[in-house]
Amino acid sequence: MLQYIAKRLVGLVPTLLLVGLLVFLFVHLLPGDPARLAAGPEATPETVALVRSDLGLDQPLPRQFARFLNGVVHWDFGTSLRTKRPVATEIGDRFMPTFWLTLWSMAWSVAIGMTIGILSAVWRNRWPDRVGMTLAVSGISFPAFALGMVLMQIFSVELGWLPTVGDDTWRHYILPSLTLGAAVAAIMARFTRSSFVDILGEDYIRTARAKGLDERRVVIKHGMRNALIPVVTMMGLQFGFLLGGSIVVEKVFNWPGLGRLLVDAVDMRDYPVIQALVLLFSLEFILINLIVDILYGIINPTIRYR
Amino acid sequence: MALPVLSVRDLTVHFATTERVVTAVRSLSFDITAGETVAIVGESGSGKSVTALSIMRLVEHGGGRIATGGIDFTRADDSTLDLAQADAVTMQSIRGAEIAMIFQEPMTSLNPVFTVGEQIAESIRFHQRKDFAAARAEALRMLEQVRMPEARRALDRYPHQLSGGMRQRVMIAMALSCKPRLLLADEPTTALDVTIQAQILTLMRLLQDEMHMAVMFITHDMGVVAEVADRVVVMYRGEKVEDGPTERIFAAPSQRYTKSLLSAVPRLGSLKGEDLPRKFPLVLLDGRSAPDTAPPPKPPSPSRRGGTPLLKVRGLTTRFDVKSGLFGRIRRRVHAVEGVSFDLGAGETLGLVGESGCGKSTTGRSLLRLVDIAGGSMELDGKDIATMGSSEFRPLRRDIQIIFQDPFASLDPRLTAGFSIAEPLYVHGVARGSEAEERVAWLLRHVGLTPDHAQRYPHEFSGGQRQRIAIARALALQPKIIVADEAVSALDVSIQAQIVNLLIDLQDEFGLSFLFISHDMAVVERVSHRVAVMYLGQIVEIGPRRAVFDNPQHPYTRKLMSAVPVADPARRQRKRELSSEEIPSPIRVIGDNPVVAPLVEVGPGHFVARHRVGGAY
Repeated sequence: MLQYIAKRLVGLVPTLLLVGLLVFLFVHLLPGDPARLAAGPEATPETVALVRSDLGLDQPLPRQFARFLNGVVHWDFGTSLRTKRPVATEIGDRFMPTFWLTLWSMAWSVAIGMTIGILSAVWRNRWPDRVGMTLAVSGISFPAFALGMVLMQIFSVELGWLPTVGDDTWRHYILPSLTLGAAVAAIMARFTRSSFVDILGEDYIRTARAKGLDERRVVIKHGMRNALIPVVTMMGLQFGFLLGGSIVVEKVFNWPGLGRLLVDAVDMRDYPVIQALVLLFSLEFILINLIVDILYGIINPTIRYR
Repeated sequence: MALPVLSVRDLTVHFATTERVVTAVRSLSFDITAGETVAIVGESGSGKSVTALSIMRLVEHGGGRIATGGIDFTRADDSTLDLAQADAVTMQSIRGAEIAMIFQEPMTSLNPVFTVGEQIAESIRFHQRKDFAAARAEALRMLEQVRMPEARRALDRYPHQLSGGMRQRVMIAMALSCKPRLLLADEPTTALDVTIQAQILTLMRLLQDEMHMAVMFITHDMGVVAEVADRVVVMYRGEKVEDGPTERIFAAPSQRYTKSLLSAVPRLGSLKGEDLPRKFPLVLLDGRSAPDTAPPPKPPSPSRRGGTPLLKVRGLTTRFDVKSGLFGRIRRRVHAVEGVSFDLGAGETLGLVGESGCGKSTTGRSLLRLVDIAGGSMELDGKDIATMGSSEFRPLRRDIQIIFQDPFASLDPRLTAGFSIAEPLYVHGVARGSEAEERVAWLLRHVGLTPDHAQRYPHEFSGGQRQRIAIARALALQPKIIVADEAVSALDVSIQAQIVNLLIDLQDEFGLSFLFISHDMAVVERVSHRVAVMYLGQIVEIGPRRAVFDNPQHPYTRKLMSAVPVADPARRQRKRELSSEEIPSPIRVIGDNPVVAPLVEVGPGHFVARHRVGGAY
């Protein structure tokens, strides 16, 4: 097990290098001159040249990439062209709000989504299934920004129960996490349902019933762990997506998260920030995948690590 | 006379779909008394499993409904209860406690995420209200009772760590843990190897005698019926055809269907003293006897005596690497085929028998180069196809074709039968357009289908028809050799007999050679001129079928033969030794190569390995 984790962590290095290279090249192929942007619209060509050499943008690409890599190893991602603050600090400030928001959204959406999914599977093609799946389809098809604005209109503006924007208290988390989690809950419900429907048709479920166990025990004890495997994969993927920061939800609720940072950085061609963010996103995905794989092994003893 | 434990009266079960209502069981009645074994026999779709699930009232979970009739069950306190009317709570207290069930697939019937100890202890806790420790102790006692080797360690094992036979022991331990009055066994040995089947049947008989249980034994295998049953109920399309004592059903079946079923059953030893294969003397359902015995197949062309054989295999070895560790180094290998040598003459059938994992299928696949071989030579018409480059081998693939076991999985569901048959013709540039169509029509007629079947898709055919299509596809390129890899194993016995007869006819007509790979000794006896017995990747005995079957020399061949249940109650072997021996694993550490024993000639063309294989012999 430990050996497996070590192996996977080592395997992470080439992936990150490749992502780093792609990001580096991609960013430099974007139209627009960051030196001119940084120097300001009124700057003379001399000033722009000065800024360019100051940022190291006049050096050949391989050397720039080597500098970039060297910096990454030393936890130095450069300075934001826009705010002149270190990129590490810039991202660090924005990471935690997005992380907590993601965690809360995931927590409620997984709980609700799985419950709906299980109920739908057990009462397949009967009314709980139809209600559950109608909810799920609405959750997927209703756009997040619209849901966010509707919720804000009702609970903040009309009823005045909850704050509108910002991230100061726990009450600030309620509306954004509801908005962000709605689609996830819907996806989880559909996934859980189809996984459970498959599992409930398995031979060992028939064995469990033949033992005389009651239906609750058959579903929860004998069905749950087996049905979780595909659900956990989906959970990991969704978690990864949300950690990237939802641009729409962060805009609607004026949330100081990674999604808005990314949009601003792309707008301003803030190369160091874009590079660091994309690297961070791919690292998150790889780590989540590793955690999902480890969870598999805990859930299902037939999976062996090699 | 004792009161029956179970009395099924006029049972009818419906399955309702959106379009129509299907009657799976119609007006079925039978009794089972304590200590008695009643076999329910029938082919797939005859309603035997549905009957068992109805008794358990599990049929509702599959969409079925008991329409009419009663299922009277005598409980431990001698009160009688109609299970068809019982409520859910009562049924829960009966299931697993008073009526238990064993299923066909030991591989999928145990929950993969719980230890076997927990799965046995669970129903003990549930029904007998014992605490965890007491239930675990009882689970251990049950595992010992089913002769589980190293029972204490097995308690904490997961199902995937056990072999099929061991899992079925766990299933039996689980079913018997609360000492049920009635045991429903649904094809409990069908998925097992024949030596393991013999162990499990002996074990079940022994435990039944100890507990004085009533057993309802569902099977399609007449050999097993003859071995275990006191009485037989024959079912066909949901209805009871006839019932009676086992001896009477076998000796003097009164109904046409029973006669036809029995005529299709391969019986080991039925060709004693004969040299050549013989078709099944089928009794058709309309009462005619199939025109069978008339001309016996011609002996194979003399090429195998004297002249060079069509296929000459020497020292064939196929191994699969098992990777493990941090850098995926190869630490162990599966020695699937080790130094196998045999000849195959033109127009001859060589039967390759053995139990699962013995390497018989890998041998067949190696011949077609579907797997990479590690060594040895394979001469087809004097050309070594083992060392040939793949582009050089391609045209020779025409000469050697294969039929697989599963007729459902081996045809592409999105292609018509006609295209599947014609594809080899296109690939090898043999025919195209109307010429290919004519060829397909000709092939379909030769395998007993009609040309208009070419336009249909696989799901429109039955299993037997699909296997005919697979045979037509294999025949398309007029091959010299056809490898039939368990080609009749997945079919119902009447269909199996028809396909075997078809293969014998085709051999007669086209002078084909077959490598007939099968685990079923009785079928192999029917079709083969010569037989090779495989064990742990090696041939331990090879020779003319008559010599090998009438006078088996290797201990493993003898063990295999004695384990086959014979479809004749008069030859029942009840007094078998109860063993729990497993087939050893062919996985070995690198460098630890198995010894390939030379074959010693003991009769004309009859060779036997003289060594101790796996320590057991």
